[in-house]
Formats: sequence, structure tokens, C-alpha cells
Amino acid sequence: MKAGFSLFNRSELLFLVILIGLIFIVLPFGLDIFRLNLVGKYLTYAFVALGLVLCWGSGGILSLGQGLFFGLGGYCMAMFLKLEASTPEATKIQSTPGIPDFMDWNQITELPWFWEPFHSLPFTLLAIIAVPTFFAFIIGLAMFTRRVGGVYFAIITQAFAAILTILIIGQQGYTGGVNGITDLRTLLGWDIRTDDAKYVLYFVNGGLLIACLLLAQFIRQCKLGRLLVAMRDQEDRVRFSGYNVANLKIFVFCLAAAISAIGGAMFTLQVGFMSPSFVGIVPSIEMVIYCAVGGRLSLFGAIYGTLLVNYAKTVFSEVLPEVWLFAMGALFIGVVMAFPNGIAGLYQTYLEPKVRRLLEGGGKEPDPVDTSSIAARPAE
Amino acid sequence: MATENDFLLAIEGLTVSFDGFRAVDDLTLYIDPNEIRVIIGPNGAGKTTVLDLICGKTKATEGSIKFKGQELTAMREHEIVTAGVGRKFHTPSIYEDLTVFENLEISYPRGRTVFGAIMFRRDQVVIDRVNEIAEMIFLDGLLDLRAAFLSHGQKQWLEIGMLLIQDPELLMLDEPVAGMSVSERQKTADLLKKIIKGRSVIVIEHDMKFAEDIAHRVTVLHQGKVLSEGDMERVKNDPKVVEVYLGH
Repeated sequence: MKAGFSLFNRSELLFLVILIGLIFIVLPFGLDIFRLNLVGKYLTYAFVALGLVLCWGSGGILSLGQGLFFGLGGYCMAMFLKLEASTPEATKIQSTPGIPDFMDWNQITELPWFWEPFHSLPFTLLAIIAVPTFFAFIIGLAMFTRRVGGVYFAIITQAFAAILTILIIGQQGYTGGVNGITDLRTLLGWDIRTDDAKYVLYFVNGGLLIACLLLAQFIRQCKLGRLLVAMRDQEDRVRFSGYNVANLKIFVFCLAAAISAIGGAMFTLQVGFMSPSFVGIVPSIEMVIYCAVGGRLSLFGAIYGTLLVNYAKTVFSEVLPEVWLFAMGALFIGVVMAFPNGIAGLYQTYLEPKVRRLLEGGGKEPDPVDTSSIAARPAE
Repeated sequence: MATENDFLLAIEGLTVSFDGFRAVDDLTLYIDPNEIRVIIGPNGAGKTTVLDLICGKTKATEGSIKFKGQELTAMREHEIVTAGVGRKFHTPSIYEDLTVFENLEISYPRGRTVFGAIMFRRDQVVIDRVNEIAEMIFLDGLLDLRAAFLSHGQKQWLEIGMLLIQDPELLMLDEPVAGMSVSERQKTADLLKKIIKGRSVIVIEHDMKFAEDIAHRVTVLHQGKVLSEGDMERVKNDPKVVEVYLGH
């Protein structure tokens, strides 16, 4: 029995090295900037998938509204960039110069109070994390202390995602409406639309993704991670072992929201706009599919799942756009029916024993805190 | 005459009704420190509901449950656990995806808040305590095994161990030997006799032989009410009890 704490076991460390190699070396050198920017966009969804691995995979809390948090993070970033792009000089043809163009089109003559603080970058960075986390906290507090769970919780999160979409579209003058917040140009005077900026943002995004992966792995490896698994299997036993189950759920839900929000902010920076089409029910469910295809019990699986599904989506959309939705549906059904633990589950069942033998050259017992043994359990 | 504070647990006038059906009806029950009390009764007598009420899983309609003078009916489940009440469920409730060691470690009473759980470190104190409990529940060779692979009897022991590691003053066991083999049953009886030192135990049991083996006193429940109470000899010869069990 080990007393120490190790973040990764040997094969997970190898995965980490492979992933870092892929994100920071193979893809940047192998792809032109247009494709790399696309990969960067996909990787912003991987933040959401990481959050889902914690919340859904470990904790058993299925949220179908993660787009809410992705969107809030993205909108916070977009508000800052929009204000910077809306200098009085750049907007002097408007009837009220100095406010975002869509406000002017909607006969708003003064910057709304909740836009004011987004002049400040430190405030914006704080808000990117704090606003979605606050919303997650309120939703979590309302739902989990009343013991709302399972399908009911999933449907309610979906409703929240729909509500935010409707709110954004309805309040066009304050939010940019269905078009979203577009025409973002600079970050503290640095043009984010150039190829150089896209490279820099891609690497920043990759770095943040790895940082979030490490944070998520830390949570999974400490006692809290094991508690989440315990709670997923036997919620009452955890409760009657002296834990406040609602608090555990609120925490992991907030953490997943915060991680998703970072992805949203990076999305805005790399893609150059934010719109309600990344907030609502459809994108939220797509994000769950990325996580499910990759494997909801595996952090690495979730990232690869996101890349793979999005790559397939791009290929299909370019060649046979009308087939894509059917392919996506078939993929999800296939995952649920045939391999419920996703790509990671397939890997762990078929390939890992061989890799392990290669790596360790002997029949070593798996590490006691090795969560991969959990994922390897065949579906019953 | 004993006052209320001499009892470890004092249940008075406890009633719970589900849509008008009184599953537990004006129940009064006192448990002494260091007592093993066995609750028996036919199906639907309200035995499990009484445990649910004590541990807070079900909220009482009326009445009071005092544990060392604290009113439990007003407390939340995890607070009741912290106060010193442990509950084993009818079917083995263990964490199948975790190892035996991790099952016991999670039950160890430290780091029970979110941040406590993040800061929790598996130090020597924890490891020693887990090993000590594992030995007691006959699972010391199986610490690294995933709990899903344990036999039914071993799962029951594991859950008892998860309660023991919390060191509760009142331990409630719902049919701890159900589905066990004869030899496992004997081992469980020995285990229970060993662990009662310094605590009270309430056991729900159908197995009369087992009940007779461990009980200090027996309470017979019938239709949510106490039908008879006392030592096993007296209860067995009580005509009301014979009527309920054998009657008609």
C-alpha cells in the first residue's frame, strides 16, 4: 500500500507526452495555419469535454447544458474585445460613437452598466472564470440540495442552456442578438487576426488545455476523485458515511463550468467572434457526444474524442454536408450501444494489456489508485 | 428510575405516515450504552423504517429521537453520522469500482468536506487504521482487490468495516447475515461480539438462531408498534408474538 501521491502512472505519463507532442509539435508543423486554427477551435471544445469527464464520468452528473458555461466564458471575452474594437474613432459614423456597433443599430445611446467593467482586462479574466462558476453554483445549489439528479438534472441544464440562448437573441441591443458579438480585432492593441497571432493563441490554448488536464487529473487522483466515483455508485452510502453529497456535487459541477469557460474564452480569441449558436442545446449535446465518443472515464480519451468527432464533422461538411447530422446520430448510438466507454474503453480493453507488457516487460499488478482499471470494466 | 440522559438513544412517540399509512406508529424505544438490541418482526413491520428514521433517511411525522440528548430528527444525514450514528444497509452498499482499501479509506472520518477531501493525504495513521479494520473483517489479504470482485459475504463484512472505521457510538445493522453461508454467519456473529465494546448496536434480523446468539434484548415490531420487548426467552414465549408469527 503506497503512502505517497503520484499524479500519473507510467502509461498515463506516456499518454501525456504523446498528447503534448501532438499538440505542440506534430500539428503545428504538419498543418497550415488555416487548419491549425481549426484544430485550435476544436481544442477549445476539449475543455468542455474535460469538465464532463470530471462531472459526468467520475461524478455521474450528466449535464446537457455545458454550452451555457462555454458561452458565458466566451461572451465575457468577447465583451472585452468588442469594447476595445469600439473606440470613438473607429465608430465615429455611429449616432453614438464609442459603443459597440450593434447597440447603435438598436437605438441604444449609452453603454449598459454591466458592460462598463469589461473595459478592464483583469476584470474580464476574472469574470471569465467567476461568472460561469457563479451560475453553476446557483444551479447546483438549487438542484443538488433538493436531490434533483439523473435525467431530471440533465433536462434542467438543457433548459438553462435554452434560456440563455433565448435571452441573448431576445436582448439584441445588449448582446448582439443572433449574430453574436462579431468584428473583434485586438487584445490590448495586439491584432488577433494575423497568422502570427493565431499561432500564439494556438499555443496559449494548448498550454491552458494541458494545465486543465493536470488540474482534472489531480482532482481525480486525490480522495475527492475517489469520493466522486463512490458517489456515482452508491450515493446513499457516501451520505451516510458523513459527507454532504450536495456540496461534493456543487463543487465538481462548478469546476467543470470553470474549465468549460476557459475553453469558451479561448474560442472567442481564436475564432474572432461569439454567438448564441455555441451556447444552446445543440452545441451542449454535441459536447457531450465528444466526451462520450472519446470515453467519459478518460481525460485523454475526451480530448481525442473531441478532435476526432470535429475532424469528421469538418470532412463531412466539406464533402457531404447533408449526411453529417445522420453520421453524428449514428456515431452516438453506436457509442452507447457498442462501446459505452468510448475510444478510451476500446483502447483499455484491447490494446492496453499489450502496451503494458511492452512497457513493463512483466506481469506487474496495476497500481492501486489506477483509475484506468475502473474504465476497463466491461459494460454489464 | 433512569432519566432520559442515561440512555444512548431515546425514541419517544415516533410516528411516520406515508399517505396516511402509519409505517411506524407511536413507537417508544430506549437503547442503553453498550447494548446489543435485536429488532425482529414480520415483513412490513416497520423495522427498516425505524433505522431510516434514526439515520435521517426518512423524516418523522411526529415524535422525537434523542441521541445522547441531541435531537436527531432536526439534523441532516451527514450531521447524524458525525454525531456518532453509523448505518449498514440491507443490501451491501459498497463502492464496487474502488478497491477494498479505498472503500475503507473513504469511510475514515477525516477530510469530510470538499476541501478536506482535496487536502487529504494517505498517511501512516490512515494506513494503519485501514489495516487494523481489514484484519478484523477478514479482508486483510484483499486490500488491493476491486470491491466488485468480493463475494456477497465479504461485501457485507466490508460494509461493516466501513462503519467500524468511523467508530460510531451507535451502530445499526440491517440484516447483516442475510444471504451468508453457515460458516460466514458464525464468523459474523464472532465479529459483532468483538466490535460491540464501547458502543451500542441495533440489529435487524430474521434469523432467530443468529438473533438469539447475539442479542442482549429483543424488540418485536408488528404493524409499526412494539409488540413485545425483553430477553429472547421471554419474547419467544410471549403469546402475542407466537400469534403474529405462527397465527391463524
